[in-house]
Amino acid sequence: MLGTGLLHGLKVTARNLVGSFHDPARMVTTQYPEERTRLPENYRNFPFLLGDDPADPLGTLRCVACQICEKECPPQCIYIVMERDEKGKAQKRPKVFDIDLSVCMSCQICVEVCPFDAIKMDQEFEIATADRFTGLLRHKEDLARSNAYYHQLHPTEAAAVDAALAEQKARQAAAKAAKAPAPAAAPLATPAVPPTPLPPAAPAP
Amino acid sequence: MNPAAPPSRAGASVRAVQDPFHGDLLEVSMGPHHPSTHGVFRMIATLDGERIVRLKPVFGYLHRNHEKLGESTSYLASMPYTDRLDYLNSMTNNWAYALAVEKLAGQAVPERAEHVRILLAELTRLLNHTCLAGFLLQDTGCSGTPLMYAFREREAILDLFEALSGSRMMCNFQRFGGCRVDPSPAWMEAVSALVGRYDRFLDEYEELITGNEILLARTQGVGVLPAALAINAGITGPMLRASGVNHDLRRVDGYGLYPRFPFRIPLGDHGDTYDRYMVRMLEMRESLGILRAVLRDLPGGPIIDPKAKLRGFRPKPGEAYGRIEGPKGEIGFYLVSDGGPNPYRYRVRPPSLINLTVLEDLCLGHTVADAVIILGSIDIVLGEVDR
Repeated sequence: MLGTGLLHGLKVTARNLVGSFHDPARMVTTQYPEERTRLPENYRNFPFLLGDDPADPLGTLRCVACQICEKECPPQCIYIVMERDEKGKAQKRPKVFDIDLSVCMSCQICVEVCPFDAIKMDQEFEIATADRFTGLLRHKEDLARSNAYYHQLHPTEAAAVDAALAEQKARQAAAKAAKAPAPAAAPLATPAVPPTPLPPAAPAP
Repeated sequence: MNPAAPPSRAGASVRAVQDPFHGDLLEVSMGPHHPSTHGVFRMIATLDGERIVRLKPVFGYLHRNHEKLGESTSYLASMPYTDRLDYLNSMTNNWAYALAVEKLAGQAVPERAEHVRILLAELTRLLNHTCLAGFLLQDTGCSGTPLMYAFREREAILDLFEALSGSRMMCNFQRFGGCRVDPSPAWMEAVSALVGRYDRFLDEYEELITGNEILLARTQGVGVLPAALAINAGITGPMLRASGVNHDLRRVDGYGLYPRFPFRIPLGDHGDTYDRYMVRMLEMRESLGILRAVLRDLPGGPIIDPKAKLRGFRPKPGEAYGRIEGPKGEIGFYLVSDGGPNPYRYRVRPPSLINLTVLEDLCLGHTVADAVIILGSIDIVLGEVDR
């Protein structure tokens, strides 16, 4: 009969309307910014730089200024200058590390190609600014974060990275020990690795 | 006819065209910012009274040099750019591109990754067709309700994509030789739950609108695409199948592991707007069947070939064309390598653009309001049309 399809449709909308008053599953909107949904652990937004010392992440950046991420970045939003001493010898740390967030497209390729686990993805997204020229240009001072911060954002991933780094360190120490001749047993007592221990993993929030 | 008093309408300008043999014709320019054109697309329709006698599509407003960019960046760096072609279906775009590069480099893909790819491609198909149903009904004038119901479900799929890849739409998920992230069991459970309740949503949606007499009156017999024209114009995807041509790359090419998963291919009888809508609704049911089978059979093992190189990727000189059945049609990437780190030639076969080429043939003799529905049923995304 003509019109039954229409009535069927109205039945569906009525069901949804009435349902929305007592069934929380039908209330699908979130009243942002008063309410916030939890971001998934894998969520990525813009990169930050990891420093080992929780008190001074900027001074202990893992970045060695190898410029791989700068080369691989698809929109070319990373700019790195390596630190050099007065003789011009490379210091293996960045003098300048800038990321232009207005160019960055959050693809995470810098994170994937970094061999030192020095750059990771942040989850901060409320970064609007009124300054259109330099407001979204982040320097290494703004980008440095501690490992604890990383653990807070991506607990699973961070634990895996820490485990891999610890294993790598142990392997290097073992290789060094194996390479060192027998008479050098006494100096081996001192640890061969640099004395910057990884901070303990922060518990997931 | 007095052209001085046109109906005022946002996004459309009206002027008279003198034609000494046929009275006065009206030229109506819709777009590029008209909301019914789904982006920055312009249609210059010439009207004889209410009927369209000529329709000229104008596109390119969103051109951003995608293909040339692909030639000047490394193979890996093009992957996130493919997300931005058809931004509803980044997962299938990624897969098509990965497939082309894997063919070029002779890279093998582990079983688990192939399963996950099918899983994501079918979820993307659900996402795209759900969106299309919402948009198409919005175009017919069902203001709000169907679109909101469709977006409610789309949001659930996007949440899954976000939990897996880190981004709702710009997933950047596939890599040459596998996938970037191994989905966790909890994620798989969330997919199972979604697949389990999606049938119910489709039932509700069809009850809401499919039998609606107004929808039938608006869409049946509107924008008929004959099978012969569809084949000649190179139309692919649900639009071709709505015209009754049984051509689905999942069956024809059998890429990935699709031959292992049985599914039916819904075909239309008339090739009109209603058939194009229905074919997509039925395809979603078949996708759910494939998803259930994949979730049942998902093997363990690595998600990416351990020997696959991420950086410094230099395939041997040669060429490859990778194509898959995207939700909108055949999405393909043609790559030529000269042995360097960048492709020598990088070309996209965009289903949206090629399906759009028959727009004038479909619209002739119909009203402007019908042209809006016909455009909606073609299912274009301007990011892919203009590239």
